[in-house]
Amino acid sequence: MQQIMKLEGITQEFGGLRALDGVDLEITRGEIFGVIGPNGAGKTTLFNIITGIYVPTAGNLIFNGQKINGFPPYKIASLGIARTFQNIRLFNRLSVEDNVKIGTFGLEKISFWGSLLGLPVEKKAEREAKEKSDRFLQMLGLYEKRHEYAASLSYGEQRRLEIARALALDPVLLLLDEPAAGMNPAEKEELMDLIRKIRDELKITVLLVEHDMNLVMNICERIAVLDYGRKIAEGMPEEIKNDERVIMSYLGDLGE
Amino acid sequence: MDAWFMQHIDAYYLRIMVLIGINIILALGLNLVTGVTGQLSMGHAGFMSIGAYTAAILTLHYGVSFIGALIAGALMAAFFGFLIGIPTLRLEGDYLAIVTIGFAEIIRVFFLNFEPGGKAVGLYGMQQFTTFSLVMVIVIVVTLLNVKLLNSRYGRALYAIRENEIAAEACGINTTRMKVAAFTVGAFLAGLSGGLYSHYMGYIAPQDFGFMRSIEILNMVVLGGMGSIPGTIIGAAILTVLPEMLRIVADYRLLFYGALLVILMIFRPNGIMGDIRVYDLRKRWQTKEVETCSKS
Ligand SMILES: Nc1ncnc2c1ncn2[C@@H]1O[C@H](COP(=O)(O)OP(=O)(O)OP(=O)(O)O)[C@@H](O)[C@H]1O
Ligand SMILES: [Mg+2]
Repeated sequence: MQQIMKLEGITQEFGGLRALDGVDLEITRGEIFGVIGPNGAGKTTLFNIITGIYVPTAGNLIFNGQKINGFPPYKIASLGIARTFQNIRLFNRLSVEDNVKIGTFGLEKISFWGSLLGLPVEKKAEREAKEKSDRFLQMLGLYEKRHEYAASLSYGEQRRLEIARALALDPVLLLLDEPAAGMNPAEKEELMDLIRKIRDELKITVLLVEHDMNLVMNICERIAVLDYGRKIAEGMPEEIKNDERVIMSYLGDLGE
Repeated sequence: MDAWFMQHIDAYYLRIMVLIGINIILALGLNLVTGVTGQLSMGHAGFMSIGAYTAAILTLHYGVSFIGALIAGALMAAFFGFLIGIPTLRLEGDYLAIVTIGFAEIIRVFFLNFEPGGKAVGLYGMQQFTTFSLVMVIVIVVTLLNVKLLNSRYGRALYAIRENEIAAEACGINTTRMKVAAFTVGAFLAGLSGGLYSHYMGYIAPQDFGFMRSIEILNMVVLGGMGSIPGTIIGAAILTVLPEMLRIVADYRLLFYGALLVILMIFRPNGIMGDIRVYDLRKRWQTKEVETCSKS
């Protein structure tokens, strides 16, 4: 088994608050890995560290054997780590299609002169962006809306657009921060199929934060539980469901 | 060619058209920074003055050709845009606005005390090298290049920064680098228009490039519609002509100017062209076509 991402003793402090406290995590290539935990446990902070938005106070981030601590976010993206955001972050006043096209920009360096003069390299990159955007918009069922403003989409569509944009980067690792939030049961079913398809067909490793236990237990092969910034458990869904500490601190609250 | 224009067009109108052209170049530069990339810069006149003084000093004292001086002025402004962009573009919103105001003030005070620039009196005696046809050619070239840039990946990336900087980074866009680039190009265009301005008016002084001038340029971009090229051109044209038309109300000029801005912003809060997209127009136009067909 080959690990794709390894976190060693990741600690993140905000002033006096310790949002993450010595978290170790190993993600294996090709798995769907879930991170759960109560509100404020540090799940989003973990994502922000992996994607370079925060530089951890202590600890190491190792991606494909390479230490990526302190890499700026754009560089981490171009290594093939894509994400979606808990509080949706789309390019609202751009078209749906442009949103996905921009998702490809980490693949090929954007050249100023190439863009200004319409050089062949840029033309090629633009064609590829268009192809990718068509493909992923079709996959996510948004193709018909490609010329609308991103802001005009419904909530569930916006979440799917974020996924399409992330896929456009051709990632090897995809981070999904509460992708099911605000979705109805039917949409959640579709989302589960989609996540499986992303892993099985596109061969992308998925790391996912989610509060919907049904979804997490159904599609994740391994799960880590965070509580007050600490990892309190890790294992397969069955193990997590029956873990004493997890039931006390989290699952109990959810009435499961 | 210019002789023909001068013969057939009233000198007063020709003058206004030249000034519109100079302002279009200026405003298209700021549009890149503020309208497209979303970085509020309130010191654009500072870059204009660098171009204006550099070009004027070169033609007056060093016998440099006008075109050479024009390019040198633009490059000098771009260089300062680059230098100032690196530290300041890490700042956001209001902070950036304040720093750019400060920068433009420093430049103004510098020229106020700059011996070769004539201190408070400024520079005069520049030949009127700037002609109507030259300005129009530059306006067309600058506009075409702007259109080209904004429709490319580079332009999309700049819009993405305006829309959501964190998401843009997560897509692999080096936002700091692109913001500095936009700022540099914006400063280049300001410097270019400055050189044209100084060789049209024949005299320049530090107070020509004060805070009010920066605000005026910003108004052109906001009025026309942030990030829209046709909008910026219309905005520049209106705000060049408006003060001329308001000459009749003399002392109340500023009052009317302000009131008109307020009214326009109430009726078109996103600017005149701010929320119009070519695609929408095309779609609307196509649907109309279908309607007429079915009626006949
Ligand atoms: N930039 C920041 N500055 C200060 N505190 C922060 C910052 N980001 C997060 N925190 C704090 O860190 C803690 C963990 O936040 P985080 O957003 O990671 O929680 P979460 O597990 O994602 O919660 P939720 O399920 O509500 O999304 C919270 O107490 C939060 O207030
Ligand atoms: Mg969160």
